Amino acid sequence: MNVARLTFLTLVARPLAAFFTGADVVGREHLPKSGPAIVVANHNSHVDTLLLLTIFPARLMRRLRPVAAADYFLRGPIIGWFSRSVIGIVPVARGTGRGDDALAPARAALATGDIVIIFPEGTRGKGVDELGPMKAGVARLAAAFPEAPVTPIWIEGAGRVLPKGAFLPAPMNCTVLVGEAIGWSGDRARFMEALRGGLEELRKNAPPQRWLSDPEPDPPPTSDAAAASAPPPPPSARS
Amino acid sequence: MPAASVHLHLFGYALPPIAWPLVWGLAGVLTVLTLGALAAALLPRLRPGRDYANLRQRVNSWWVMVALLSGALLLGWQAVLVLFAAISFMALREFLSLAPARREDRLIILASYLVVPISYGWIAINEYGIYLVFIPVWVFLITPFLMAIIGQTKNYLQRAAGFHWGEVACVYTIGFVVFLMRTPANEPMPAGPAGLVFLLLVATEANDVAQYCWGKLVGRHKIKPTVSPNKTWEGFLGGWVTTSGLIWLIGPIFAPLAGLDLAIMAIVLPLAGFAGDVTLSAVKRDIGVKDSSQLIPGHGGILDRIDSLTFTAPLYFHLMTFFALHR
Repeated sequence: MNVARLTFLTLVARPLAAFFTGADVVGREHLPKSGPAIVVANHNSHVDTLLLLTIFPARLMRRLRPVAAADYFLRGPIIGWFSRSVIGIVPVARGTGRGDDALAPARAALATGDIVIIFPEGTRGKGVDELGPMKAGVARLAAAFPEAPVTPIWIEGAGRVLPKGAFLPAPMNCTVLVGEAIGWSGDRARFMEALRGGLEELRKNAPPQRWLSDPEPDPPPTSDAAAASAPPPPPSARS
Repeated sequence: MPAASVHLHLFGYALPPIAWPLVWGLAGVLTVLTLGALAAALLPRLRPGRDYANLRQRVNSWWVMVALLSGALLLGWQAVLVLFAAISFMALREFLSLAPARREDRLIILASYLVVPISYGWIAINEYGIYLVFIPVWVFLITPFLMAIIGQTKNYLQRAAGFHWGEVACVYTIGFVVFLMRTPANEPMPAGPAGLVFLLLVATEANDVAQYCWGKLVGRHKIKPTVSPNKTWEGFLGGWVTTSGLIWLIGPIFAPLAGLDLAIMAIVLPLAGFAGDVTLSAVKRDIGVKDSSQLIPGHGGILDRIDSLTFTAPLYFHLMTFFALHR
């Protein structure tokens, strides 16, 4: 299974990523060199996952586990097999309202030394290349594994290659900007703030591979802090 | 007397004859590259304290580029066509990803890539007349029409102009390199069609490298700081004299150039290279990026590498045609 995955990622996914996006990486030296580690990225397209799976060296590829919604990625046996065996997803249940339990599979993956890839915006954005509100699950994950580095990654342009709802991918250059890892600070709100800061800093340095848009009124305040300061969920099974 | 050309076979397929000057020319390029690699390896020991990572990356990337270009030249016009179509595609992808575009333009951008196979297709079937008007007239008319059909008129002129600028700079001008390979065999060519391409590429890239070296060594006076902060008068003039001298020396070996024709080519080609470099720099300054991508380690994007060629290729082609018609 791992052979099939490695073969697919190096011989199919990598050339695809190169053809459709150019697959530029800035700050490659900041990528985690071993697990357990948490990689946090913005999310506008399935191309995000393609890029994150292919920028790592081959020896780490079997360790990469994108956290993905079970209801979407496990629909039907073929898509489910592909999601589990090739993409290597950690399936999580969305919208159950049970909070911490949903991330149990991600914690299990970290416990075995995997590199967990998480999109804290929860779902693909509108491709505006702005960072939406982030869910606090990533902070709970970091708290459970304080020794795991949390690496922020900003992906610019992927929402143009294959936006939500599009069928035909359009070749357009993307840039993957990797930032310095953020450690667990012992405080959820502070951690989320540091994470957002790290991602926004990367975004500022990204080349303008984005659509022209009209100036918009100030976005509504994001709900990171609100989510992070909500009463803590019941202690998890692992801790 | 030795044969005028080398005949090679690959998997039972007879490659086009390779003229001896081309063999020596490629050997010369490899020699220069080896010297460059030695310099990149020795400089950190001779003059430590500076960062030579970029120089080393540049030289390493040159090996790859020289291998691809030499391989294509030896294989014949079909290989050169495929290689330059790929270069045009990647340059166009870089350009369209940075050019002003709105969300509604996504389908226009997708359709724009069709220009690459169609334009190079005219070269494949040797339709020079259609090639000449395809992008400058037909793509110029059809793209804005499609944009009008889609109906987003905000920044319309800026977007339409940007798309056409990209098609001309990344596809149309670069295609002339490949058209040199289709020069009729009855034309006098001392090193075959591949020799014509070889001279163009060597002169263009030597000009870039000479400007870079002169600028690094003695560059003091900025030539156009608002556009190209690293360009200096010393780099420009040093590159011009060096490249003119090079064309004067090796031009007659690879191309039917002599006397006044040779002098004209030697003087104007380096100027065109400089012009292409500065013009593409202005586009990058407008967009707000230093490099068009990170595709080629040490150099930047493919568009950064072919910026001079967008000007030298059509100029070289048209001068050669003019000289041939007035010989």
